Amino acid sequence: MVDRIADPWGERTPYGPGEQWPVRVDRFLADGRSESDVERWAQSASVLHSNGDAMDIAVAGGRIVGVRGRAVDRVNRGRLDPKDLYGWQANHSPDRLTRPLVRDGGRLVETDWDTAMNQVVARSKELLDGPGGWGHFGFYTTGQLFLEEYYALGVIGKAGLGTPHMDGNTRLCTATAAAALKASFGTDGQPGSYTDIDHCDAIALWGHNAAETQTVLWMRMLDRRRGPNPPTMLAVDPRATSVAREADLHLAVRNGTNMALMNGLLREIIRRGWYDRDYLAAHTIGFEELCRVVDGYPPKRVADICDVPAADVERAAELLGASQRLLSTVLQGFYQSNQATAAACAVNNLHLIRGMIGRPGAGIYQMNGQPTAQNTREAGANGDLPGLRNWENTAHIEELARLWNVDVDMIPHWAPPTHAMQIFRYAEQGSIKLLWITATNPAVSLPDLSRIRRILKQPELFVVVQDLFLTETAELADVVLPAATWGEKTGTFTNVDRTVHLSEKAVEPPGEARPDLDILLDYARRMDFRDRDGRPLIPWRGPEEVFEAWKECSRGRPCDYTGLSYDRLRGGSGIQWPCTDEHPDGTERLYSDGVFPTDPDYCETYGQDLATGAEFTEPEYRAKEPNGRAFLHTVDYQPSPEVPDDEHPMLLTTGRTVYQFHTRTKTARAPQLDAAAPEVWVELNPDDAGRLGITEGDLVGVASPRGGIQARARLSGIRPGVAFLPFHYGYFDVDPHDRTPRAANELTLTAWDPVSKQPIFKVAAVAVTKLGDGGGVPSPAPTVGGSAPVVGSVPDTVGGPAAQSVSERR
Amino acid sequence: MHLAHYLGLLHRAQTNLASAFRQVGDAHAEEPDIFHLCQQQARRCDAHAERLRPFTARYAQDVATEPDRLYSQLFTGTRTGGLGLLRDLQDLYLMAAECDITWTVVGQAAYGARDEELLAVVKRCEEETAIQLKWLRTRMKQAAPQALVVAE
Repeated sequence: MVDRIADPWGERTPYGPGEQWPVRVDRFLADGRSESDVERWAQSASVLHSNGDAMDIAVAGGRIVGVRGRAVDRVNRGRLDPKDLYGWQANHSPDRLTRPLVRDGGRLVETDWDTAMNQVVARSKELLDGPGGWGHFGFYTTGQLFLEEYYALGVIGKAGLGTPHMDGNTRLCTATAAAALKASFGTDGQPGSYTDIDHCDAIALWGHNAAETQTVLWMRMLDRRRGPNPPTMLAVDPRATSVAREADLHLAVRNGTNMALMNGLLREIIRRGWYDRDYLAAHTIGFEELCRVVDGYPPKRVADICDVPAADVERAAELLGASQRLLSTVLQGFYQSNQATAAACAVNNLHLIRGMIGRPGAGIYQMNGQPTAQNTREAGANGDLPGLRNWENTAHIEELARLWNVDVDMIPHWAPPTHAMQIFRYAEQGSIKLLWITATNPAVSLPDLSRIRRILKQPELFVVVQDLFLTETAELADVVLPAATWGEKTGTFTNVDRTVHLSEKAVEPPGEARPDLDILLDYARRMDFRDRDGRPLIPWRGPEEVFEAWKECSRGRPCDYTGLSYDRLRGGSGIQWPCTDEHPDGTERLYSDGVFPTDPDYCETYGQDLATGAEFTEPEYRAKEPNGRAFLHTVDYQPSPEVPDDEHPMLLTTGRTVYQFHTRTKTARAPQLDAAAPEVWVELNPDDAGRLGITEGDLVGVASPRGGIQARARLSGIRPGVAFLPFHYGYFDVDPHDRTPRAANELTLTAWDPVSKQPIFKVAAVAVTKLGDGGGVPSPAPTVGGSAPVVGSVPDTVGGPAAQSVSERR
Repeated sequence: MHLAHYLGLLHRAQTNLASAFRQVGDAHAEEPDIFHLCQQQARRCDAHAERLRPFTARYAQDVATEPDRLYSQLFTGTRTGGLGLLRDLQDLYLMAAECDITWTVVGQAAYGARDEELLAVVKRCEEETAIQLKWLRTRMKQAAPQALVVAE
């Protein structure tokens, strides 16, 4: 038995380079049940992070009673994240929404589906009437629905209503991954495979706290590190996370300065000749310009900007330059920071100039933050077009128009799809009048929350919220639609390394809750969307029909699903796209031939200036004659939009703990996870804390120009001058009359990357003050992961008897 | 030799554009991308003006009398709201276009004057000005349908 709260990563199963990762099957069954008590196992995969770990859901008496990892799957080989082991219990939480709610005066009251849907449809029809009606609709979705739901939503928005105002919270998590992949390689699509960990000789984690955000991926890395001929490891992170502590070299850069570091590393690698001249000559464009820009970043200058020793910059370049099979992984430390797309592209550059792409061990993971974010991108429910098509390429729009049998100009393609922050701005200004929010909680997760709450409360804005619980966002809605969740509906989703999994319905949803797909199809029916010949635009009745339609939409595009079916996804391992008749078992790595999808007729973008987001035109793009070569893009370092000053002398960064997901909508309702990280905390370096007279557990005020919050202090290994707040904690579990501000996003600023439009959550200027003495009681921060204490004695975070789970090596 | 006049014209166009970027950024600070990118581009215009300075001095001694109507006025202040933003960006676009064509003209003159140094400056700044035009066009394309057709 193992307590996976105390030890989120479980027992090591070491292995050597080129070997297969050993199987270890993790299992948790509640209330002392054993496998013989399970009546049925339903196949699924994880939805509480982006790793895509395959699992089976245990069913007994019509209820979920536990989960176990699927040994047969290529992604996790049986292992599960602690959030998956315990998080399913939220499905049975007594406060699930079971009936629709509508606003009656100041409060939400229960009603039936007809009443609720008729309100949404009546308002929709009223708004759609007249020129520019499409522009009154905004959709803000998630990275946590299923592929079929996104595709249906995409068709409703793009061909039914004709609005470009569709985005997801994927804008907060994965927009930069998509933008950087498009900019460097021509289209979205993860080059690497998780199996690259099995082969690599060096791993660089760029702003990626894998130990807490993708625990199973981290187990795989740790197992290589404990085996023969382990890979070297580089970590870039302002915090002393478990990753930073494990790494051979940790660069605790000042947040907001990634671009200076990347330019400096590329300069060293080029000057010391650690690049592949033949590869870059044959397969890339832009080396001269790259050299010109990075030449301005000698180690001494990088050291000054990033506040790390110059010698460490050189050592990092040596670690990267000495490797023969380099694996990079990039996440929010880059994506949610200053110059996000440019910095993520710089990682691509590193691999391109070294020829470290498309072969075993030489890979890139531009990570996602959420389980189904990849599908939001592919299916066009966010700021992308379905099938990773190019909104500026008329031929691509015509393909969609033929597929959906609608006029070309019905599909909004006159400008880039509207990004989330702009959608909220249009709502603020009153031109978006109906905002439909599915499975996400912007009232806790967007920057500058007092502004977001103000927008959602505007009486003239009609807010529809589709969720499992009465979230902070749902509290402000006009109509709340109770949704079924994972385990209560069937569909597919795709993880970071393009592995598609089927998730089967295991149990009935509670009360009148309905699958998100059913709700969307019901809306389409009631709106009576028609195609050009007067037939229903959206004729589908269930997920498998939508999947089959989606396959046609994906045909010939990078994310080609045509070789997949529900039947093929049943029983065995997940399968990586592209999966076609020619590649029926999927495709492990992209670009193994060094040919990139940059052809002007095929690519997803004609490119943007990384400093401003200025769009290049088709003729300009064609003039570059890409011919299947990848682009080396770079820019100079520019300071963040907000830097510390006398009034706000410290830098704030925000992030996650291993025990919670997003705004805790599910994880706070799983007792083991909730107990492990029950309340917000603020991490400070002991030097800063000493200067401010703060000790472990003291109540601390953190204030930015936007607002202030209170949290108990944890003295951690974070770099001096920086404060860290977990962004999970909102207010749903606090009495409305007693809500002391605690959400990290009360403090963050409204600013975003010019290309990916991803908000900058990792750089804000704050003032930190002591508000009260903790009386020696430690803060509620977990002792595991980045919040591990470095001063004093703090009791270890454990799960106790309730968290006992099984791990079997096979 | 009239190059000094055009250098003066360009210098003033760049400082005017810098100031207009700042005013538009401040006036539309509730559009965070406008605010931040206008500040960024204002600094870029400052740098362009700064790079011109040595050449203004170099050609100042050859200066002829200033011709009539050398300067034109393209910006008379900011507006408010979605439509106002669009119009303000359009003003910036026209001012950047003035800079763009003036860089072209000065570049031609630099060829004539066999001034390699000036040519190098023109080349760099011309590219950056082209990006400013592109960014303004991109942002206006995004804003136009909502401002002109949807908003009341």
